[in-house]
This record gives sequence, structure tokens and C-alpha cells, in this order.
Amino acid sequence: MSGFSLAEAIGSDSIVRETMRKGFGRGLVRAGEADETVVALCADLTDSVQMGAFQKRFGDRFIQVGIAEQNMVTVAAGLAAQDKKPFVGSYAAFSPGRNWEQIRTTVCLNERPVCIVGSHAGFSVGADGATHQMLEDIALMRSLPHMTVVAPADSVEAEKATLALAVMKTPSYLRLSRESTPVYTTHDSPFELGRAYVLREGHDVTILSTGIMTYQCLLAAKQLDEQGIAAEIIHVPTIKPLDADTILMSVKKTGRAVTVEEGQIAAGFGSAVTELTAERLPLPVMRLGVQDKFGESGTTDELLDAFGLSALQIAKSVRSFCEITPKYHQGG
Amino acid sequence: MSGSGKHTVAQLQRMAMTLREDVIRMLVEAGSGHSAGPLGLADIYAALYFDILQHDPSRPDWEERDILITSNGHTAPIRYAAMARAGYFPLRELQTLRKFGSRLQGHPERTRLPGVETTSGPLGSGLSQAAGMAYSILKLDKQTDRWVYVILGDGELNEGNNWEAAMFAAKYSLHNVVALVDRNSIQTDGTTEEVMPLENLRQKWESFGWQVIEIDGNNVESVIDACSMARAITTRPSVIIAHTIPGKGVDFMEYDYHWHGTPPNSDQAKEALAKLRTLAGTIPDGAKR
Repeated sequence: MSGFSLAEAIGSDSIVRETMRKGFGRGLVRAGEADETVVALCADLTDSVQMGAFQKRFGDRFIQVGIAEQNMVTVAAGLAAQDKKPFVGSYAAFSPGRNWEQIRTTVCLNERPVCIVGSHAGFSVGADGATHQMLEDIALMRSLPHMTVVAPADSVEAEKATLALAVMKTPSYLRLSRESTPVYTTHDSPFELGRAYVLREGHDVTILSTGIMTYQCLLAAKQLDEQGIAAEIIHVPTIKPLDADTILMSVKKTGRAVTVEEGQIAAGFGSAVTELTAERLPLPVMRLGVQDKFGESGTTDELLDAFGLSALQIAKSVRSFCEITPKYHQGG
Repeated sequence: MSGSGKHTVAQLQRMAMTLREDVIRMLVEAGSGHSAGPLGLADIYAALYFDILQHDPSRPDWEERDILITSNGHTAPIRYAAMARAGYFPLRELQTLRKFGSRLQGHPERTRLPGVETTSGPLGSGLSQAAGMAYSILKLDKQTDRWVYVILGDGELNEGNNWEAAMFAAKYSLHNVVALVDRNSIQTDGTTEEVMPLENLRQKWESFGWQVIEIDGNNVESVIDACSMARAITTRPSVIIAHTIPGKGVDFMEYDYHWHGTPPNSDQAKEALAKLRTLAGTIPDGAKR
């Protein structure tokens, strides 16, 4: 274990819930207090992405660009050229969904330290339907050179991630969800960009997850335990660069891995893990995520269950994976 | 009025001709690239680098410099030629254009060549970056004596990002932005009015809240005067619609959109250089219009 402290109420109804966006909003204000070059831009969704407090506090350092995501990110590239540290916020479906080429050319190739904040990512935007459910952002962002990609677990980790990205001199993407989610990391939990964390030890299978999926995996692990499967749970908030050492060490021990993400499995988080294991430690890996489909309207819980990403569905999938997959023990 | 008076108008006209010769030599050596735009922009780049801009080639990162963005990155050869002639890098390096290992990429990259302010090529992103820089300079750093110039192709105005940026710069009264539209009326597939009509271009910009100045973009004096006028306006951003002749100075290229994205072969280059030399300094502005 990495000394990772977790809330005691995991799995109970009494666990505190908060939106990840709130943690981001707090982190942004703290980053703005610490560094006067921090600026924030928004495309007509200021309160939605929780930039309101920053706006009230810092006046001209908040820039309203209107519903124009291409302009938002390129204006940010210009601000970065003048030594500012811009955060640009919108729904992930629009940024990076709408403005990918501008991010590629004017931020990444241009090496400007802009942080793209994609809120309402995944199924968390629920009732809005498939148009607004961004499932392809991890793939879009992790394929870009110079880009760091982060999907925090909850609001507390989102705040830490925001502060860490605020001092980075290179481009980054911060993936946030809309709904209130359980706050199960604590102020004492470690967070470092590029690090993955073992939250629960096990020897039968490694479950790797990112963003809000890690909580579902912790719940799934309890169910699996009762069925005699000891799952090791690794939380991977930094999707790029991957913490290869932590991942490989665990997979070497358990002999097989399952990845879980709230997004398309093509070119996403699971793909990143599979690319790593295929080259360094070829073992069976099952990728759970959205299987080449679009979403639809519904509550987040309904959608997670329908797409196989609730704790119950994850546990079922992991169990059958373990049944059909022989363990490849490394080095005896 | 002719700007800073660092050079005479005649000297600037001769410099524009020299830049055109550089461009022809670079393109024939590279074997690919764009001819019409760079030749048409030679007078504007001569005026900018040798009169208008506050800059120091020995200190490309000088904190008080004016900024020049080439949004239409495919016209890079004329910018490279002007930068080399101004002293940013050795002239001989011009012959490396588009070659492996060169700092002179097919489309300009900031991180490879000091003095290039931003990476460009995909069209429509220069004006908004200029606006971001101008916002930072004016609203956050409160610098009042720095300008952000940005050169836009006219075909490039098909891209919606420009008009998002036009609204943005007007909203925040970014009067330290001076956009120059290379109104040469051609783009890859034909004339601008065939491909996607831009007229009435003046009214478009005016209705977006910009000060519009319309000039002969092949007249260095007009370019200098228009930029002075733009800098004197302190309430809103300015756009200079600079009417230029695509392929200017090489008669078989002028006005022919087929030369937009094509380089001359070696025979054509010889002929082009001969024509430029014969006509240098004697072409009346806008003679063919």
C-alpha cells in the first residue's frame, strides 16, 4: 500500500457527496491567490464549471468569451504567450470536443501552458443525452504530444489536481464530471501528477480505473471479496503519463488486469494500459468502458448500469473474466 | 507621413523587391510551397520589419517588442526572408526552407525559430491569439506602447474562428490589435468571391465594431500610414484591408490563383528573377488594376 488514506464511509449511504467541479473551483481560487499570472476563461458556463468564485475575486483575470470554444482556447494560447497561466473551462463535449485542432496547433505544438478543463464529461451529464455525454475526450487528449491528462477521483482530488496543474509549464487536460459523487479521498491522501495509487491490495486480479470509476471499483472489490476473488484496486488519476512502475508491479503479481473508464474503450484509458502491458508484460487485459456506442438520456446511475460500469456490473464482468482467463504467473 | 523614417520609401521599395527575389530562390530550391501570397505581401513585410515594428533582431524575446503574427502560415517564405534581411538569422539559411532539420519549417513554428511569435498553418487561429496577447498586454500588464499586428489571408476569413475573435476584440476594446487582411482575392480553389464570397468585407468588419482602413497593400507608404492611423485609434481594434496583387512582380503569376500553392520550376524561377530585376522599383503601384 502507498499509505493512501480513504474515507471510512465507503459503501455507506452516509458518505459525503460533492461535485468534482466544486473542488476545481476551490483549487482555481487558491491557485489564483498563489500566482497572479493565473487567469480563467469560460464559454458562457461560468457557474456550471464553477469559475464564479474566481470571477468575483479576480476581475479582469476572468475572461468571458461567449459560446466560442475555438476562440476560448486560442485566446488562452495568446495569453500564455504573454506569460499567463490560463485555465479554459467548458463542457468536455465542446472543449476539447469542438476545438481539438486549435488545442493541437496553438497549445501543444506551440508548447503553451494552457489547462483545458473539460467538465460534465462521461455519463455524469445524464439527462442531457448523447450529444452532451463526452466519451471520446481521453482518446482525443492523450494522443497529443506534450499533453498531460488527468481524471481525478472526487472533489478533494480535483482541488489537488488543479493546484498541481497550475504550476505546470506544459499543456494539460483536466477531466471533471457533473454529478455529486462520493468524497472518499481525504486531505491527507497523496496526489502527485504521474502517480498511480494502490487503494486496496489483492492477488487474483488488478483492477485499474480512473476518474469517478475508482469508487465503483472499490465497491465491486467488496462484492468480489465475498465471492473469493481478491482484487487489487489501483487508482490512476494521471492517464498520461502513466505510472508504468506501479501498474506493472501489480499486474506482475496478479497475472491479469481489468481497466475501467467512463468513456470509449477505443484509444482511451484502457488502451493506454494495454499498450503498456502488451509491450512490457503481455498478460490478459479486459477493458471495461463504452463499447463503440453512444449514450442516451437517463440518470447517471441508470446509464452506468446499462453500460456495464456500475459496481455490480463491474464485479460480474471481473468474475467471468477471472473464470475464463488463466493466470500467467511471472517468474514463479 | 512615413512612419519612423528609418528608411526612405525608395529603400523600402527596393527591400520589397529583394524579398521577392529571396522568395523565388527559396521556393525553387524547396520544390514546394506557395508563390502568390508571399510575393503579394512583400511590400507589407518590408514596411513592417524595416519601418513599423518596434523590434530588435538580436533580442527576439525583448519584453517591449511589438508582436507580428502570421496567421496565414503558408506565406512563411516572405516572413522568413524579411526576418533574415532584418538580421534574425543568416541569409544562407533561407535556402533550407522546407528541408529536413531546418528551422524554416513549411509552416512557421515558434519553438524552432526565435522571432516567430506563434505556430501557424491551420487557418483562422491567428486573430484570436493576437487578441489574447493584446488582452494580456493592455488589461493585465497595462502596457500602453505595444502593438499586436496580425496578418490574415482573405480566404482565411472563411474560418469562423476569425469572427469569434472579431467579436471578442471589439467587446474588450482591444485597440492595440492591428489586423492586416491580405485582400488578394484568390484562394486554393479559385477567386475568393467564387469559393465563398467575402464582400461586403468593409461592412462586415465595421458591423463587428472594428475601425476599417482600406489601402493599396503594394504601396509601402500606404501601409505605413495606415498602421499609424490604426495606432492612433484608442477605442476599438483596427483592420487594414490591404488590396494586393497575388504574385506581384512576376507577370505570369499575377492574379492567377493557380500560383497560390505552387512553386516555380527552375526555368520559371529564372524568368521570374529576370522580370523582377527588370521591373524593380519601377512598377507603378496597382498598375495592372
